[in-house]
Amino acid sequence: MSALQKAADPAASPGLARTSLYDLHISLGARMVGFAGYALPVQYSPGIIQEHLFTRASAGLFDVSHMGQALLEGADAACAFEALVPGDIAALVPGEMRYTLLLNKDGRILDDLIVTRLSDANGRGRLRLVVNAATKQADFAHIAELLPGCALTVLVDRALLALQGPKAAAALCRHLSPEAARRIASLPFMSAQAIEHEGITLDISRSGYTGEDGFEISLPAQAAREFAERLLADEEVRPAGLGARDSLRLEAGFCLYGHDIDETTSPVEAGLSWTISKRRRKEGGFLGFEAIKREIETGPRRLRAGFLIEGKIPAREGAMVLDTAGQMIGRITSGGFAPSLGKPIAMGYTDAACAAPGTRVLLAQRGKELASTVAAMPFVPHRYFRKAR
Amino acid sequence: MTTHYTKTHEYVRAEGNTGVVGITDYAQSQLGDVVFVELPPAGKTLKKGEEAATVESVKAAAEVNAPASGEVIEINNVLSESPALVNEDPTGEGWFFKIKLTEPAELNGLMDEDAYREFVKTLS
Repeated sequence: MSALQKAADPAASPGLARTSLYDLHISLGARMVGFAGYALPVQYSPGIIQEHLFTRASAGLFDVSHMGQALLEGADAACAFEALVPGDIAALVPGEMRYTLLLNKDGRILDDLIVTRLSDANGRGRLRLVVNAATKQADFAHIAELLPGCALTVLVDRALLALQGPKAAAALCRHLSPEAARRIASLPFMSAQAIEHEGITLDISRSGYTGEDGFEISLPAQAAREFAERLLADEEVRPAGLGARDSLRLEAGFCLYGHDIDETTSPVEAGLSWTISKRRRKEGGFLGFEAIKREIETGPRRLRAGFLIEGKIPAREGAMVLDTAGQMIGRITSGGFAPSLGKPIAMGYTDAACAAPGTRVLLAQRGKELASTVAAMPFVPHRYFRKAR
Repeated sequence: MTTHYTKTHEYVRAEGNTGVVGITDYAQSQLGDVVFVELPPAGKTLKKGEEAATVESVKAAAEVNAPASGEVIEINNVLSESPALVNEDPTGEGWFFKIKLTEPAELNGLMDEDAYREFVKTLS
């Protein structure tokens, strides 16, 4: 049989880094794989489908400690950071977060990241950045080089857990003091709070990569295992691996850096123009602005789109998108089986003229053509927490 | 009734002139949740080592090679509705197809159960 993934045996792959939850993953029966230089669980014994469905129904706990966390501090860190990203960072009030993009001078995507504005300290602005694992070294070098007036501190000794699903809030709050639980229960989507908890600081944000309500919790690495075990003792919480993380984000229509977006794609093509605020579009002042302004004016040549596939064979990354006449009009960048829908779905790029939902296309791979339809994303509706008014 | 194994994790269980073909427990555990199996049509003649079927898991596709030469005489139609049988019972109800063995001597070149078990140990 071809294409069997090699398990990440640390003895065979001594170069793989371990997160602070490595031993916990092993004791939970995880199948470990190498990912972005780390040994991480791709799945536990229930398997990807069960972990995926449990996350949508209850709460899944993910170890995302491989991601890069850093603090950017400076006299006006928020305004300074706007030179590198098209998002409205200056408008963030302390505790607010934003999804944005690091762009190169051609307006192509170096990485996607989450920026949280923290409260100022000692008269200096502070931002917390969470970037992708595979790109973190390059990102941090890029930021440090272009923003010499700010201090960039990489938070190497902090773990990152994601607790995702409709029961995540209730489960997390059971482990906090009543006062902290009250603050976290009412925390709006895309905002963050620091919680003092038994002598450690939990930086808790209401955010995630699944389309569900949920939290990302940054905490000292040495305290991560105990905290994770406590969350897992809850019967509404089960561990979930990278496999479920990928299928959940694909259903939610989110881009995976290095696949759906990279240094060859622009935010406009990727359907991420919404991350460029009205003010930033007008004022510019960020790397890649000229190229993006031109692209917004002329319209993108290609667009990221979702695909629903007829039949049961998933289209995989690399499959060609053909129009009904057999002309190649694009390529699939992510594809797999959607456990919540019970059928295959995919994401990719297609000529802008063929990107409207409902357009019939063929996805060609391994000598086969799969009948498919362009579909609106997300494939599974987002269910973020909205504060009652 | 002897089962023979390939280095690429297919098995063929010889029952007289018939070989029952599938993937091993190790293979299914590495693939994860199987969501679709594409089987060869009955009547197709397969050469040993030739691509015979495709297994689609949530994450990836893998090709299954014919562990021995022969003509496909029966396919496991249950897999089209219940692909998870490949995970639950790979060497039992999760079999892929049966072939009429045309070169039974080929089986001598494959591993027996003990040899395969030792082989898998070297992989992890």
